[in-house]
Amino acid sequence: MKPLAITAGTVLSAIGHGLEATEQALLARRSGLTPCDFAGIRTGFIGRVPDVEKHGLEGVPTGFTCRNNQLADMACMGGGFVQAVQAARAFYGAGRIAVVLGTSTSGILSAEEAYRAVDPISGYPPEGFDQARTQDLFSLPRFLAARLGLEGPLLSVSNACASSSRAFVDARHWLEAGLCDAVVVGGADSLCQMTLRGFASLGLVSPEPTRPCDAGRSGISVGEGAGFALLEREGARPDATVMARWVGYGVSSDGHHMSSPDPQARGAVAAMREALERAGLGAHQIDYINLHGTGTSVNDAMEDHAVQAVFGPEVACSSTKGWTGHTLGASGIIEAMFAVVMMRAGFAPGCLHVTRLDPAFGSRVLTQTVHMPLRRVMSNAFGFGGTNCSLIFEAV
Amino acid sequence: MKVVLQGISVWGSGLSGWSHAARVLQGQERWEPAPVQLPSASCLPANERRRSGPLARLALAVADEACTHAGVQAADMRGVFASSNGDGAVVDSILSALSTPEGQVSPTQFHNSVHNAPAGYWTIGHGMLAPAVALGCFDWSFAQGLLKAAAECVVEDAPVLFVAYDLPIPGPIGKVRVSEHSFGCALVLHPHPAPAGLCVLDVSHDPGRVAHDVPACAGLRQLAHANPAAAGLALLQQIASAQAGEVYLASQPGSLRVMVQPC
Repeated sequence: MKPLAITAGTVLSAIGHGLEATEQALLARRSGLTPCDFAGIRTGFIGRVPDVEKHGLEGVPTGFTCRNNQLADMACMGGGFVQAVQAARAFYGAGRIAVVLGTSTSGILSAEEAYRAVDPISGYPPEGFDQARTQDLFSLPRFLAARLGLEGPLLSVSNACASSSRAFVDARHWLEAGLCDAVVVGGADSLCQMTLRGFASLGLVSPEPTRPCDAGRSGISVGEGAGFALLEREGARPDATVMARWVGYGVSSDGHHMSSPDPQARGAVAAMREALERAGLGAHQIDYINLHGTGTSVNDAMEDHAVQAVFGPEVACSSTKGWTGHTLGASGIIEAMFAVVMMRAGFAPGCLHVTRLDPAFGSRVLTQTVHMPLRRVMSNAFGFGGTNCSLIFEAV
Repeated sequence: MKVVLQGISVWGSGLSGWSHAARVLQGQERWEPAPVQLPSASCLPANERRRSGPLARLALAVADEACTHAGVQAADMRGVFASSNGDGAVVDSILSALSTPEGQVSPTQFHNSVHNAPAGYWTIGHGMLAPAVALGCFDWSFAQGLLKAAAECVVEDAPVLFVAYDLPIPGPIGKVRVSEHSFGCALVLHPHPAPAGLCVLDVSHDPGRVAHDVPACAGLRQLAHANPAAAGLALLQQIASAQAGEVYLASQPGSLRVMVQPC
């Protein structure tokens, strides 16, 4: 593929807001996981962003107020992201910048609250419940476009936990088709009862902070977060500062099972191989793989199998879910921004909380921070429904 | 963006597959709302068929018919699945369960609640590795989905299966997000002129122009307003007419213009 430039980016997760805070937390090996204290649920640990519910939205219709859009709004602030988007808008025009975002559950917490206040006679939710601007999946790009003053085409991608990774691919399709000159890409997912209780019902929530790749791993810790990046053609805007280049992607399906990955890892292998092929790279040219690495027994075993098949035992890899928890549909953009942070600072953060690496694993899983130059990072995301996405980023 | 329409399907309330729907769209038969009798999702193994709900079965019915109509292998097609409401029945059931003191969620319902569940069943049914994306764009799901599918077809230089489907939402959400009838449609798009092509669709987006064509007959107009996936009925009517013409569809923001040129 013709590489695209990432000219601005922002990230918010339980470990902090912005690239600098993220870098410090990753280097300090400081996890953001805390015992679950959300909506009366006390199972396991969560990666909660503090004070989301206190954050007010300004300059947009009040109906957009929900935890997911509050997270998205918080992520936008600071770090020069809004200013960078404004500069791109002044150059290209508002109608030439698309907004393509991934989310798995949007503002469903608002619907959960509305259900507890349904009128028992009429069956109506309370009057203040604005379904279209909160729970609906399209709420997020509509909100962000209003927030940033963008008027290009909007898209909501909802491929479960691969949503905001897959959004990069959909953004590229619109960009390369000439429908826009730049795209705000990324996504957000926020804590809600549905995902906390849903993953618990599948027996996938770890009672302790998640420990991806550990022999005794026992599931995920659910997290929340948001992130956005500005994508544009290389060299199209002379004043743009390039943070990183996006050079390859692979997307595939498992065609196997709704909630369990294919143990043969055919889909994951296909996504990684396609990403290398599109980037014109050999496996040895990837310096580090940021694993999907959720901490479930089956995901991590499948992914190790896939990484071995494509990369053998040489390429360093690890999961950052021990810091953030599994931020579901937002994990793709959050970990894309982590890749930018790692390439700029030159380090690969080994998995957190590992006491004994799974002895069955054959790939080179890091469990300590390794300081080394990273020219290229592969970032994986897999989701329910058997959906896979691998992205490759390159340092500038 | 020019793409070639190779195959098409419509199933929904009072619309039983493309050959029937085409007669209704051409005005040869009146549209009468009636419960949809879908063909069985024969591609799914029995246990997956049991787990899948009416929404996935609707999506699979139109996807399968469009591929058959186009004479293409389902497993080779990149998928673009668009739905505003997703599986409203599953979400309603989970939200109702969460509002009880126990708050227990069914694991099968939880994995069926993901917006890409119909796409997941489709890829499982055909044991396929080809990618599928799931989009949710409220009232503009058909238009945004078509814009995405056409762009993917052209940029990837590969055939794309576009599927749009929506059902009414039960329960409290359905009181404020009112959709009526069931409706699904699927288009097989090819990047190059193909022998089996029905027509060329030239799709463009204008963020500044507000325009929206609706079907000529009152019944279909009501359906187009009542179900988000049916918002493209004016385009389907133009395709069924086998005449050249242009159709505007409301997009977010602005509108899509689709020029239809029979092959």
